[in-house]
Amino acid sequence: MISTGNQVKVSKTAYIRPLDFKKGRVEMAHGGGGRMMMQLIDSLFLTAFDNDMLRQMNDQACFAVPAGRMVMSTDSHVVSPLFFPGGDIGSLSVHGTLNDVAMSGARPLYLSASFILEEGFPLADLKRIVESMAKAAQQAGVSIITGDTKVVEQGKGDGIFITTTGVGVVPEGLQISAERAQPGDKILVSGTLGDHGIAILSLRENLTFHTTIQSDTASLHELVTCMIEAVPTIHVLRDPTRGGLATTLNEIARQAGVGMMVYENKLPIREQVRAACEFLGFDPLYIANEGKLVAICPAAAAETLLQTMQAHPLGSEAAVIGEVIEDSHHFVQMETSFGGQRVVDWLSGEQLPRIC
Amino acid sequence: MKYIDEFRDGGLAKKIAARIVREVDPRRHYHLMEFCGGHTHAISRYGIPDLLPSNVHMIHGPGCPVCVLPIGRIENAIQLAQQAEVILCSYGDMLRVPTHRGMSLLKIKAQGADIRMIYSSTDAIKIAQQNPQRQVVFLAIGFETTTPPSAIVIKQAQALGLTNFSVFCNHVLTPSAISHILQSPEVRQFGWVPLDGFIGPAHVSAVIGSRPYEYFAEEFQKPVVIAGFEPLDVMQAILMLIRQINEGRAQVENEFTRAVTYQGNLKAQHLVAEVFELRRAFEWRGLGWVPYSALRIKAAFSDFDAEKRFQIPALSIADNKACECGAILRGIKHPKDCKIFGTVCTPDNPIGSCMVSSEGACAAYYSYGRFRQTA
Repeated sequence: MISTGNQVKVSKTAYIRPLDFKKGRVEMAHGGGGRMMMQLIDSLFLTAFDNDMLRQMNDQACFAVPAGRMVMSTDSHVVSPLFFPGGDIGSLSVHGTLNDVAMSGARPLYLSASFILEEGFPLADLKRIVESMAKAAQQAGVSIITGDTKVVEQGKGDGIFITTTGVGVVPEGLQISAERAQPGDKILVSGTLGDHGIAILSLRENLTFHTTIQSDTASLHELVTCMIEAVPTIHVLRDPTRGGLATTLNEIARQAGVGMMVYENKLPIREQVRAACEFLGFDPLYIANEGKLVAICPAAAAETLLQTMQAHPLGSEAAVIGEVIEDSHHFVQMETSFGGQRVVDWLSGEQLPRIC
Repeated sequence: MKYIDEFRDGGLAKKIAARIVREVDPRRHYHLMEFCGGHTHAISRYGIPDLLPSNVHMIHGPGCPVCVLPIGRIENAIQLAQQAEVILCSYGDMLRVPTHRGMSLLKIKAQGADIRMIYSSTDAIKIAQQNPQRQVVFLAIGFETTTPPSAIVIKQAQALGLTNFSVFCNHVLTPSAISHILQSPEVRQFGWVPLDGFIGPAHVSAVIGSRPYEYFAEEFQKPVVIAGFEPLDVMQAILMLIRQINEGRAQVENEFTRAVTYQGNLKAQHLVAEVFELRRAFEWRGLGWVPYSALRIKAAFSDFDAEKRFQIPALSIADNKACECGAILRGIKHPKDCKIFGTVCTPDNPIGSCMVSSEGACAAYYSYGRFRQTA
């Protein structure tokens, strides 16, 4: 390895066989800290994520801090299957963390990426995942500036786990946080619910139903920027990922000490998602999303916010779905399309399919 | 959407609700039992109690297969799964049911037992084929709806000559349970159950037809309306029951004509009869020992009977004393009448079986309806 300032090049005299990205597999040595690890970093991660800070090859990335408040968020990504309609664990690991940063109103700046690889994992799959991450980060305008790689013995992992950490900056004066939800506020979602979860479920082992539903995985910070420009008084933003809309609303209700009333006939849910949920005995409100957000804002600004969201490609199916109410029990309730009311409760453990 | 939205039309529901209000006699009370957990789930999920007059009372019956499987049989399943050579295959919502020791299949899975959640009984056959060195046991539970698929896999296993596949049979029968609710001495000990009519389960009736319910209608003078699990089905069934009660009739009526016939699915019935036979008695959680209420595998298929292959012992283990599931399953008490409801016993930490499955009366009431308690 030759280091020339910020440039790192693999010496032509380093007698090492190139990585076989067609048939090769991850070996313990790829995480061992030696030449093979350096080769993996150099020929895969550096090539895919290429940027000045990563190229310095330090154990940390050093960057200037813009004015404003820093935001940091971290998320570990484990998903089965690794490749699914509309995305893969790579793009998901970028979008998920960027969205967590963006939900504070921040502009995401940088990401770190940590890989735990299982011995025997195909290098071709790893390359595909890393390139997908690179593309997702590039599209989001965010650089992956530091990282880590570990390899665990075969049988002690699930192919690949990816942890990403993101940092961003919130503009001065902006206060977006769950506890700001107030009775009278309106609740909006940016689009159809449950698409990601159903896309994943449709590929699960033992569960073969056919659907054209694609994961909605996407980075939402551009949408968030437009929303904040139009309505700086947004009280809450959150992406309803694991646990779906129901869990997100319960979290916000508890944090803010309020109740919520949601109207079932206002919820945007695709027909195929509803049908798949019926088939499995699931409730679409608890199904995961990866490219949707929930926004809570003062009632007077709701129409402006809705129109702004609908004008953006990632919010074209946005809808006002309910309102924040006073409730000392912090229940999330739903007015059903049937005319009755019910609690939309926290999930107990995992959603398990019904027997009949 | 076809086949979903049509049966969830709020406008139509309001019309049926208005008809129910017009037709109920304000001087009397109507106690209607929905036998099946699917109906309980629909009633809670769509807020149907909000649409009914206060003198129409819905009583949750014992028709949740997860809720009625006794602790002893769950303990059997746990002991089976703890054997190193065994892979236990189970439907999803069975995994959380607690035993007297606070154990569950999910908990022993976390301890290392090989338990696979399956969506279809035929998945268990595939797992057996993929693991010839292991013994694969399918934990078969459910009413008449899930019995034919269990019969199919037993016949498949026989045809394939599988030597590592067996079924732990816990299938139970709806008509026996309804009879038991209406006439057992144990129920009388709990007190009088004011039942004026039954909503019969559609999925069960798609298999056994509407005929088996005629006995109740005639013998006990209780009207039965077989209904689907969509909320409009349930509303329509309530209206039909109220009409029968008002007119002094006690007949079997079929609201679910789109799938249920008088005779039922004869092919499925023959299949079940070929593979299974009646047990003289079977213990139900909450109901005790109910005569001729369950099935076992016939001798001709004993090679695939886990009870014989593993010499599963008969265990009878009492419920937690504080738990009122027995009275709730019989319709004598409401979930909120139970002292541990929502405090010690919650869906996250279920003590009784009614709190486990989403179809259980307590879980449905806790998850969907407990705001009414606080109103």
